[in-house]
Amino acid sequence: MAEFSLPKNSRVGKGKTVKAEGATNTRKFSVYRWNPDDGENPRMDTFEVDMDSCGPMVLDALIKIKNEMDSTVTFRRSCREGVCGSCAMNMNGKNGLACTTAIEDLKGDVSITPLPHQEVVKDLVPDLTNFYAQYASIKPWMQTQSTTPEKERLQSHDDRAKLDGLYECILCACCSTSCPSYWWNGDKYLGPAILLQAYRWLIDSRDEATGERLDNLEDPFRLYRCHTIMNCANACPKGLNPAKAIAEIKKMMVERRG
Amino acid sequence: MAQGNRPLSPHLQVYRWGAHMAVSIMHRATGSALAFGAILLTWWLVALATGHEYFNMVQGYASSFIGRIVLFGLTFALMQHMASGIRHLFMDTGKLYDLKPNSLTAKLTFLFSIVMTLLIWVAAYKVMGEL
Repeated sequence: MAEFSLPKNSRVGKGKTVKAEGATNTRKFSVYRWNPDDGENPRMDTFEVDMDSCGPMVLDALIKIKNEMDSTVTFRRSCREGVCGSCAMNMNGKNGLACTTAIEDLKGDVSITPLPHQEVVKDLVPDLTNFYAQYASIKPWMQTQSTTPEKERLQSHDDRAKLDGLYECILCACCSTSCPSYWWNGDKYLGPAILLQAYRWLIDSRDEATGERLDNLEDPFRLYRCHTIMNCANACPKGLNPAKAIAEIKKMMVERRG
Repeated sequence: MAQGNRPLSPHLQVYRWGAHMAVSIMHRATGSALAFGAILLTWWLVALATGHEYFNMVQGYASSFIGRIVLFGLTFALMQHMASGIRHLFMDTGKLYDLKPNSLTAKLTFLFSIVMTLLIWVAAYKVMGEL
């Protein structure tokens, strides 16, 4: 049964406020904080950031906060250009990458929390162990039975085009953690990101395990917990459409029954 | 790895709602309401078969102020569930997944159900001569 409210140890309290000394052009960033070592509940700390000396993206503000205001603020980041997917988080109620979300596109005070409905390791860092295990479960590599050709396995232009809108996925987990079905059944439902990846191999003309892949998804939870709520496609920072990929898998299921 | 006292990050508490999300939860809520409505409809039909007196009593409940509020709600539930059900039929064929048409049709289901509910009730009151 879905638990709609947060457990007792997860209720978020009010934290400290750090002001920007002498700055005239500021914006407020409230950041979710949780320290595994102090035994306290999570809290929202507010930082007033001087926008005259801050880069344009939410990640710029977070790095500025960490550098200049509180070095204990913890978050993942790497490429800072929307390729690695590390800085996925919830900003003003919507999942996205901090590095490709412009501060000026966010209205009012900016509220930053970790990816929703995940165990928190520290501050903005969620534990994605389950997410990666689910990814491994769909065997995300090419499976073949036919003799290995001397050179590469060829593919027509049309077949290659079928992978557009799928291969671009960076597995940032913005979509999966935006999905209420994944919130309530994340232990059994694979979620939009993993299902989009599953479809990426199902539709690949070079892969020869389509049947087994579909068998593996033929399950009331793994695939069919998608109720087309569409949060995934609305959240994807790469503009992909996991809901559409899931619908295509469901169609393949029906079509193979003949 | 699940560890000791790790908190669960906020979900429903922070996630921003959109029409696509609202139409989905309304489909479920109106579906549940209609299941309850089906029981009321059965009761009304049984009353009809039972006899004049009993039927008049049930009809009295139905046309009381509270009865009318319940029936108005059920009318809306039926219209909303039907509209989003038709939208689901299109989605089952792989259509309406692009963000713009998806959001537009989500809003249209609400427009349809509100307008239809009002039309049905205006028509009903006209027929009864109460308007």
